[in-house]
Amino acid sequence: MTGGGGGAPGAAVLVVRGITKRFGTRTAVGGVDFDVGRGELLAIIGPNGAGKTTLLSILAGVQEADGGTIEQAADGGGRVGWVPQRTAVYSKLTVAENLRLFARLEQVADPHMTVTRMLEQTDLAARANDELGQLSGGNRQRVNIAVGLLADPAVLLLDEPSAALDPRQRQRLWAFITTLTDRGTAVIFATHDIAEAERHADRVLVLADGELLFDGTPNALKTSAAAVGDGDLEEAFVAFLKAGGH
Amino acid sequence: MRWLLVKDLQILRRSKMLVGLLIAYPIAIALLIGLALSSAPTKPRVAFVDEIPPGQSTIALGSTKLDLSSYTRKLFTAVTEVPLASRQQALGEVRSGAVLAALIIPPDFLIKLSGAGFDVSPTVEVVYNGDALKQSFVRSTVTAALAQANAGLAEQLDQVAGGYIETIADGGTITALGLQFKLLGIKDTLSAVDRVLADRPSPATRRTLAPVQSFMSIGATNFIRFKDVLSAVERPVGETDTVLSGRRAPLDTFAVAVAVTVSLMFVCVLLASGLIALEREENTFARLTRGLIAPGRLLAAKVALAAACAAPVAFVMLAGVSVFVPLDWARVGEWIAALVGGALAFAALGVAIGSLAREVRAASLLAFLLSLPLAFLALVPSGSVAPGIYHAIRAISAIFPFAPALEAVNAAINDTSPSLGVALAHLAGLVVLFGAAARLGLRRLR
Repeated sequence: MTGGGGGAPGAAVLVVRGITKRFGTRTAVGGVDFDVGRGELLAIIGPNGAGKTTLLSILAGVQEADGGTIEQAADGGGRVGWVPQRTAVYSKLTVAENLRLFARLEQVADPHMTVTRMLEQTDLAARANDELGQLSGGNRQRVNIAVGLLADPAVLLLDEPSAALDPRQRQRLWAFITTLTDRGTAVIFATHDIAEAERHADRVLVLADGELLFDGTPNALKTSAAAVGDGDLEEAFVAFLKAGGH
Repeated sequence: MRWLLVKDLQILRRSKMLVGLLIAYPIAIALLIGLALSSAPTKPRVAFVDEIPPGQSTIALGSTKLDLSSYTRKLFTAVTEVPLASRQQALGEVRSGAVLAALIIPPDFLIKLSGAGFDVSPTVEVVYNGDALKQSFVRSTVTAALAQANAGLAEQLDQVAGGYIETIADGGTITALGLQFKLLGIKDTLSAVDRVLADRPSPATRRTLAPVQSFMSIGATNFIRFKDVLSAVERPVGETDTVLSGRRAPLDTFAVAVAVTVSLMFVCVLLASGLIALEREENTFARLTRGLIAPGRLLAAKVALAAACAAPVAFVMLAGVSVFVPLDWARVGEWIAALVGGALAFAALGVAIGSLAREVRAASLLAFLLSLPLAFLALVPSGSVAPGIYHAIRAISAIFPFAPALEAVNAAINDTSPSLGVALAHLAGLVVLFGAAARLGLRRLR
C-alpha cells in the first residue's frame, strides 16, 4: 500500500477552514480550523454532543457544511476514506463479497487485486468466505475499516473505532491502524476514550459545543490544564473543559 | 447500479425463507383461487318436513289439479334436501348443526292454498341456526328459492283464473264444490239482449235493457283483457341488462384480477420497502450515498429489483390460474404490460415506505398496515356507502397504486374499461409521485 499517495512526511494532506454546521438555531460545529499531515494520527475528543461525529460526517461528505472549506492535497491519493461508528457492511454477504462490492462501487482499477490486498492487510484472508453475520465484533470492525481503505485514501476518518470492542480486539485494531499511519495514511478518529487518545494520537483536537478548544499534542493539553489540576490526560481534559466554561 | 442489483440478489438468495415464500406464495394462491373458482358452490343442507297428510298433496282449483310436489321441487333446486318425519326432529337437526335450516310445510298448507288470494294465505315455516355468515347465506338462498316457488305457483293460479275469465266472457262449464255449472257468458248474453231489443219491446223494457246492452257490449270487448292484467300482476316487473363501463368482466376472471393484484402488491411493496430499509439497518445507506451512488439511482435500483421479482411471480400466478379458469392467452402482451406497470408503482410505494423506516421489520409492518386497508378501500363498490364517502374513497384510492393496478390487470385480462393505456398512465404518474416521496424521505433521514 502506498499510504495515501505521495507527499512529504508530515505535509498537510487535508486543510480544514471555518467549518460550520447548524441544525435549526443550534450550532453543532462552529468555525473549526485544522490541518492533518501525512501519516499523522489525530484524535478528536470531546463530551457527548460536542460535534465530533458531525465534523467527521462533514469531512466524509455524508453531510454538507453550512460554511467553510475542506481542501485535500493535490497529490493526496484517493478521496477521503470513512469508517462510521457502527459497521456499515452487509451481514448476509461474505467478507470478500463486501470488499468486492465496495471496490467496484469505488471504481478502483483492479477490484480483485484490491480485495486480495485488503484481505491480507486486515489479516482476514482465512475468513474471506465467511458471512459478516458470523464474524466477531472485532473482525466486523476490521472489515468496516477495510472498506474505508479500498480507494487507497490519503486520509482515513474513524468514528469511535474501538467503541464496541473488547481489550484484545482493541489492541489488534490499534496495531492495524498504526501500520496504516506508518505507511503514510493520515488517520483522524473521534473517541470518548481519552486514555486511548493519549496512548495512540500524535495530536488531539478538543471539541465542546461545536467549538474547537484545543489543537495540539496530548502533552501540550496536559500542560495547558496544569494550572487547574494535574494527573492523567482525562483529568486534564475535564479540567480544561471546566475552565473553558463547558 | 449493476453491482447493487447483484448484491441485492446475493442477499435475496441467502434469505432462503423469503425466496421460498416468494415462490410458494403465488403457487399456493393460484391453486386456491383455481380450485375455488372451478368447484361448484356447495348447496346448504336444509331439512324438509312435509306435514300434509298422506294422499292429500293434490288440490283441485277449478278444473286444474295442483300438485304440492311441483312446488317443493322448485324449493329444493338451490339447497340439498334432508327429508325428515317431524318438526321436532327437524328442530333437533338444526340445533345440532347437521343442517343449516329446516323448511316445514304445515298440515293446513293446501287447504289455505285452495282458497289462495281469497282469505288467508298459506305459509311455510323456516328455522335457521349457525353463525351470522352461514345464516345470512342460507337465509338468502331459502328466500330466493321461496320466491321462485311462489312465482311458479302464481303462474298456475294465473292459468286457473284465466280459465274462469275466458268462461265468463265466452261461456262454458265451470266446476265448483264438485258440481258442474253451465255459464252463458257475456257475449251470448249480449246477443240475447240484442235480439230482445231488435224485436221492438215496450218502451219500459227498452229503457230497462238499454243500459244492460251497453254494459254487456263494453264487457264483451274488454273483459278478456283481465287476463293480461292478471299476467302483469303475476310478474309485474321484468329486467333487461345494460353494462355501461365497457365489456363486462365475468366474476371469476375479475376474482383472478383481484387475487393477482393483491399478490403483486404484497410481494412488491414488502420487497421494495425491505430492500431500502435494509440499507439503513445495515448502516450502509450513508456509505453508499456519500458519492458511490446517487440516492435517486439507489431508489431506482430497488424499484427495478422489486418489480423484476414481483412481476414474474404474478405472471406465474396468472399462468397457474389459467389451468382452472379460461384466460385469453392472446392478450399475454397486455398481461405483461399491466403486471410491469403495477409492479413499478407498487415498488415505488414500497421504497417510499422503506425510506421512513430504520429497519426491515418496521418497514414490512408499515407496508402491510398501509397496503391492506388501501386494497379493501379500492374494492368498496359504489352504492354500498354514502355518495360523499364513496367519492372520498375513490380519491384516496386514486393516489395509491392498488386501484389503478387492478384496473390495468382487469383491462389486460378481461379487456374492460378504463383501457389499459389509461391505467398504465395513471400508474406511471404514481411511480413519479412515490419516487419523489422516497427521495424526500431519504433526504430527511440523512
